[in-house]
Amino acid sequence: MIPLSYYLIVSAVLFAIGTAGVFLRRNLITILLSIEIMLNAVNLSFVAFGRYAGDLDGQIITFFVMTVAAAEAAVGLALIIALFRQRESLNPDAFTSLKW
Amino acid sequence: MPETFIFYAFSAMAIIASTLVIGQRNPMYSVLLLIASFGALSALYIQLNAPFVAVAQIIIYAGAIMVLFLFVVMLLNAPREDAAEWDRSHPLQHPNIGRFGALLAALLVVQLAWALTKVSELETPVGARADGASVGSVLEMGRILFTRHTFAFEATSVLILVAMVGAVVLARREGSNQ
Repeated sequence: MIPLSYYLIVSAVLFAIGTAGVFLRRNLITILLSIEIMLNAVNLSFVAFGRYAGDLDGQIITFFVMTVAAAEAAVGLALIIALFRQRESLNPDAFTSLKW
Repeated sequence: MPETFIFYAFSAMAIIASTLVIGQRNPMYSVLLLIASFGALSALYIQLNAPFVAVAQIIIYAGAIMVLFLFVVMLLNAPREDAAEWDRSHPLQHPNIGRFGALLAALLVVQLAWALTKVSELETPVGARADGASVGSVLEMGRILFTRHTFAFEATSVLILVAMVGAVVLARREGSNQ
């Protein structure tokens, strides 16, 4: 059997990759994809902890995270489409009109 | 030991695919690689005795959300990221911001490492305490979902409705108000 900490290490590495993606990439779609990676990393640790504790709450909260991720993706992509219509660009630096 | 081998194989696949996702200039490849990463994660869920989550991962994430992303990438004819522009305009190229970012990155790594040393005392294998059949059973999961978590479940349906209406309103073309 695999120790709990192995799953948590995989989860931490995936979360770090997602964070790096959010900060390093200059493309709104890739930034949203990086957020999905982070959500999945957290899901993995929820399921691993649930299995470790021997109850189902870990899996149930994973289910809720998935629905929230679906809602987030739908709204985020709609925003990207609206922004792209305005500026013809996906670079976040193109959307600085509100910047002081 | 096949179990350990499967764990390492799929973890490596998830990590490598995720790294490539953020390394691609073309968002189309990023989306396709992310589907591979989700597939590997769903194999890990099966190993964790969570078949419902594994199947939901494939259907909802790889099936629905990623198709949505693919649609948008193709619809916008996704411009590739320009390496020269990255070098010129990326905030992290600014020395002060770059230093601050490096500090934050080091902080995140230290924090994660500290948290992991805390849990590494828990060397007990996952599933050692599980009482076998009940965990992982979809029947049991449905029972808990509709008894203890009914409110959260219903709130989720409202959230999805709001997200749907919001997406339609946001993506609507300006000037088609009638």
